[in-house]
Amino acid sequence: MDLGLSEEQEMLKTLARDFLQKECPKRLVRQLDESDEGYSAELWQRMARQGWMGLVFPEKYGGSDGNFLDLIVLLEEMGYNILPGPFFSTVVLGGMTILATGSEEQKTEFLPKVASGEMILSLALTEPNASYEAASVKTKAIARNGEYVINGTKLFVLNANVADYILCVARTKQAKNPENGITIFLVDAKSPGVKCTLLKTLARDKQCEVVFDNVTVSEKSIVGERDEGWPIVKDVLQKATVAKCAEIVGGAQAALDMAVNYAKERVQFGRPIGSFQAIQHYCANMATDVSGSRFITYKVAWKVSEGLPAALDVAIAKAWASEAYGRVTLLAHQIFGAIGFTMDHDIHLYYRQAKAAEIIFGDADFQRAIIARELGL
Amino acid sequence: MDFTFSEREEAFRKEVEDFINNELPADWVEKNIYWPAGYGTLAQFEELSPEVEQFTHRLAEKGWLNISWPKEYGGAGLSYTEQAIFHERMSYYRAPAGEVATLIGGPTIMLFGSEEMKKEWLPKIARGEVRFWLAYSEPNAGSDLSSIQTRAIEDGDDLIISGQKIWGTAAHVSHYAWMAVKTDPTAPPHKGISLVIVDNTSPGVTIRPLVNICGFYSFNEVFFDNVRVPKKNVVGEMNKGWYYLMVALDFERLVIPIGSFRRTFEEIVQYARETKYNEQSVSQQLLIRNKLANIAIQIEIAYMFFWQTAWMLDKGLVPNIEASLLKLFTTELSQKLANTGMQVMGHYGQLEGTSKWSSLHGRVCLGYLDCISALVGAGTSEIQRNIIAMRGLGLPPK
Repeated sequence: MDLGLSEEQEMLKTLARDFLQKECPKRLVRQLDESDEGYSAELWQRMARQGWMGLVFPEKYGGSDGNFLDLIVLLEEMGYNILPGPFFSTVVLGGMTILATGSEEQKTEFLPKVASGEMILSLALTEPNASYEAASVKTKAIARNGEYVINGTKLFVLNANVADYILCVARTKQAKNPENGITIFLVDAKSPGVKCTLLKTLARDKQCEVVFDNVTVSEKSIVGERDEGWPIVKDVLQKATVAKCAEIVGGAQAALDMAVNYAKERVQFGRPIGSFQAIQHYCANMATDVSGSRFITYKVAWKVSEGLPAALDVAIAKAWASEAYGRVTLLAHQIFGAIGFTMDHDIHLYYRQAKAAEIIFGDADFQRAIIARELGL
Repeated sequence: MDFTFSEREEAFRKEVEDFINNELPADWVEKNIYWPAGYGTLAQFEELSPEVEQFTHRLAEKGWLNISWPKEYGGAGLSYTEQAIFHERMSYYRAPAGEVATLIGGPTIMLFGSEEMKKEWLPKIARGEVRFWLAYSEPNAGSDLSSIQTRAIEDGDDLIISGQKIWGTAAHVSHYAWMAVKTDPTAPPHKGISLVIVDNTSPGVTIRPLVNICGFYSFNEVFFDNVRVPKKNVVGEMNKGWYYLMVALDFERLVIPIGSFRRTFEEIVQYARETKYNEQSVSQQLLIRNKLANIAIQIEIAYMFFWQTAWMLDKGLVPNIEASLLKLFTTELSQKLANTGMQVMGHYGQLEGTSKWSSLHGRVCLGYLDCISALVGAGTSEIQRNIIAMRGLGLPPK
């Protein structure tokens, strides 16, 4: 057994933390949060030069042959620094999907551009019924003259507002089992009929409504097999959920670090507030939550990286880590008191992220239902 | 034992209800995005709208602006239970109901102010003409309030004040600071503090906005640079301010927005009923039902803390720990309500009121942020627990 990071991963972690602290200070985070784009093209290019976008792609597609665990290490640091932007949707939701199931032609066309920072991707899965079940995919793609015409409304789509291509999950066949008859299409975001509206969200992440109104795509734009898209979606969701857990671990660690530092410095009643048992217990609870989240996330990331079955562990990790992030940021707020309730303070940025992270890819109740099912209940 | 309200009390409740329905603007519910027990979204602090002004004047005419005051000072002369009924109904409709001058300043002046001070201040407070802001906290005196450093030095008939206050809610739309200052730095912390009323327009007063995480301007940091204040503005005796301040806490005990919990809960329940996914309404989901039932239970308990406090006050008892329990329980409920609302609404909960696809005017999204302030403002949960443990249960302080 080896539960530690490799030397290369430790290096990646340190490099990523230093890079993000320097290149993406909180001032920029706030600026990007406020902007409609939600990312900085300049920073995006610098990240690409670090090799981050192609980290998990093979060399022949412009990548550096890293594995899923390496990506987890990087995402943890992005969570620590709450890096805004379309990295998650481009690499985890888009790039890795194409890598796993795309045609050779698609891989050759898209992955090098993703790796070089030239292309932003987005995954349009959820719809107004806001669920991650196959039955909820109502957007239709109908075959017509060797092409497909897509109609439907996708909601809560991450970073579609800046995406060059959108992977659209659509229904191509009505079947008794809703998991049959789903197909993924790579849609040029500039296609006629694609309309994107930015939503205003708590976490200031750039979630969108994307309406597909008679959008025509060619047969070649299908990712994987026609009607066989749902297993791909499930695989994407599984990896994305673990990836989100890594961001959560980073964010929760940052909230803990900030709160502990403040508890040491803030003096009331003639002593640092961190000397009061109530505050010490808060910090201890937070530390327990952060460590627990990290260990379960690493375990499940390793499983996914090794290609082992991980449905139960993924659900456990997401249920635990996402609620832990909420608890940790809430306690951090309590320790910061009134100063933490001001817009100028950084802690609310994490508190907002915690809620977004809890909701996306299924909240803790959704995960617990999976856990129960996996337990044979 | 009898848990029913008297006929008189029921009639009064109806009178309050009718008044609110007649006087509150029809679109008030949409405009006021107040979250139960939160400090961040109090709409009337964003800007003093003419509607709020008008409503306040109508309250004053009715004698309800200063509802807790005795009749001789122009109050309504009501029992505590009736006051509680008033606050319950007002908060249910999220109506603006008084501020520092009517809730704290006036009653303190009544008890401890000189005749001259009463004559000068009480009538205009009663008419709703002056607004105070609470100038207690300082950057280094939050929970540890007695360690304030803002200094007031005597100079003939005046005091000269220098220092900084923070978290001055609505200072920018108020007229006077109701302020705690250090008048005897050699005395122990609790014995060298005085209360004084300071005109916001005095030379040397600088008010700077603090935008809260809800994106609202409700707080201020206020700097006092050699501000001259007439000594007649000192409330009661010099250096007795801490005592007055502690007594004044009694006046706020029933000023809990208890009704707004029920109102907001009802809105979330209605959302759960009306929202359907794949032909099934959200309220049919067992987990959601369970969460909502849990909140219903706690709202009921909170109401009992509330009525208990009013009843004790009417009996002449001092609801010391009950008041802390009420504050602690309701503010923590504020957070639970926000979290439950978020869970009921799922993805839609994270949408701000102005976003496409948002529901309930974005109230829950904002409430999720605002509820942070409930556990921090007016005595943190930790301080409330200390009070319950030490004053209430007699546990040793060290």
